[in-house]
Amino acid sequence: MKILEFHQASFGYNKVPVLRNLSLTVHPGEVLAVVGPNGVGKSTLVKAASGIIPLFNGKITINDQDIGQMTDAERARYISVVPQATHLPGAFSALDVVLMGRTPYLGWLEPENERDRLIALQAMERTHTIDLADRPVGELSGGEQQCVLIARALAQAAPVMLLDEPTAHLDLRHQDNVLKLVRELAIENNLTVLITLHDLNLVSYFSDRVALLSNGKLKKIGLPDEVLNPDDLAQVYGIHIRVVPHPFHGKPLVLANG
Amino acid sequence: MDTVKQQPLTGSVVRNKQGAGSLAPWLWTGGALLVFIILSAGIGPVAIPPNTVVRMLLSRIPFLDLSVNWRASFETILFEIRLPHTVLMALIGMALAGSGAAYQGLFRNPLADPYIIGVASGAGLAAVLSMAVSWPVSLLSIITVPLAAFIGALVTVALVYSLARVGRSTPITSLILAGVAVSAFMSALTSLIMLLATHELHRAIGWLFGGFGLGGWEPVIASLPYLAVGLGILILLARPLNVLQFGDIQAKQLGLNVERFKLAIIISASLVAATAVSFAGIIGFVGLIVPHLVRLIWGPDYRRLIPLATIGGGAFLLATDILARIAMAPRQLPVGVVTAIIGAPFFLWLLRRTKKNVSYW
Repeated sequence: MKILEFHQASFGYNKVPVLRNLSLTVHPGEVLAVVGPNGVGKSTLVKAASGIIPLFNGKITINDQDIGQMTDAERARYISVVPQATHLPGAFSALDVVLMGRTPYLGWLEPENERDRLIALQAMERTHTIDLADRPVGELSGGEQQCVLIARALAQAAPVMLLDEPTAHLDLRHQDNVLKLVRELAIENNLTVLITLHDLNLVSYFSDRVALLSNGKLKKIGLPDEVLNPDDLAQVYGIHIRVVPHPFHGKPLVLANG
Repeated sequence: MDTVKQQPLTGSVVRNKQGAGSLAPWLWTGGALLVFIILSAGIGPVAIPPNTVVRMLLSRIPFLDLSVNWRASFETILFEIRLPHTVLMALIGMALAGSGAAYQGLFRNPLADPYIIGVASGAGLAAVLSMAVSWPVSLLSIITVPLAAFIGALVTVALVYSLARVGRSTPITSLILAGVAVSAFMSALTSLIMLLATHELHRAIGWLFGGFGLGGWEPVIASLPYLAVGLGILILLARPLNVLQFGDIQAKQLGLNVERFKLAIIISASLVAATAVSFAGIIGFVGLIVPHLVRLIWGPDYRRLIPLATIGGGAFLLATDILARIAMAPRQLPVGVVTAIIGAPFFLWLLRRTKKNVSYW
């Protein structure tokens, strides 16, 4: 049971904060979606939570342990990150890529052992990428690459998983597959999941809670029904928005009408 | 492979397509190295046939009784002149190609090589500086020259890298531009120092183009510890170097201490490159061509790429050295000239290819 918490955290680049005094909590088994306009700092938030950029003030903790005090390997045993599947070194096989998820458990000089290999293969089986194990990742489709990266994060065996726009370049079916997989993993493995997404309708369907960012701050956090309301969204995105019940499942369907 | 058997579902797919366990790449590179060692030891004003070279080498193995049917003068020629030169050339080629492969992985840039990123010129400048101080070559300079070259190499790589860095990445073009500019500056300073130290001009020029004044086993013995340590570390650090191919951010998120790891690679690769420079002068393009051929044929996994490039580099430099010795015999060309004549067109081809697509990278 690992709880990811931001405590009044401010962070950004070159001493200019992108997000200020952010406080939020993500619970085990929960998928928290982070939404907001381009440039609001969704990816920056993932970078801060994975120790890539330092905090100006506040802290980020996992079960009250400050991630800023951890070594890279310690932190990577708590937090795995699924990046966008772009610029992968394409000649590595999918299995090689997934095996790199074992990095935080291996010394620089230590090779992977059979157990690491087994863990990697299990992660690939779970993400339906086992058939791709021998293929160079550069030859895989965007959706397949994204699933390989999720397998890599799974192989990292970390209780917290951060995903940065994992559906950005995927078609409808692959968006659906990837997010369903994330949902299932959160429940099965009791993962604490934070995911940044653009598509508010995917957010509405796949997330347990939503954090809406605007102007360097957390504007609202809560259930999709509460956060995805026309007034707040119109304010944040600066366009007219209507929200109607989705004809298939009744969750909020966000429509922009320009 | 035990786990594969436990998992019938996955058993069929867990074959490595590039044959990670396959011996072929090692046999090819190792075989080429062996062949060129034998050829190199035999070729010269007094030719020793390859089979005699092999027999003479075998005769040095204790308890192996071989009838001696070669001229006595061959003993001196082979064991005191040709073989030390051959082994040194093989070591230098290994050093250049091994460090080249490591620099390419470090900068994630297919055009990084000790020569192009200016490390060789920096090491050369520092080596010439130290030569100017502790002239003439003595036992002391055999220690001070590599040390000075090592420091020169480190300073240069830091300078070029910081000049080439744009934000969080090092684009190919800026790396080459910075490397060329720094390299030209260092070379100009080297020329200046050599002009000022006129009495040693000829020696220094010969050295700079890859001909080393010192003969015999001394340079081999002197360079071996640096090369063994440096190349050993690079070969051992190959797995995390693979992780670095995903970029600094992902590597850090995967738990690699990126800053410290890069430092370890820079220090080891520069130690190796600097040793090569201080014992053989500036020999370009070996560190570029060999790792690329290995990558093209056997893939990008640094766990195999670095050792294979190291072995292949030894074979490649020996082959060019043989060419340098026989092309205009009895005149001997500096080997650096030959590698540049072969290497520059290759570099241009690579540059064009890189623009289009680097699927194998």
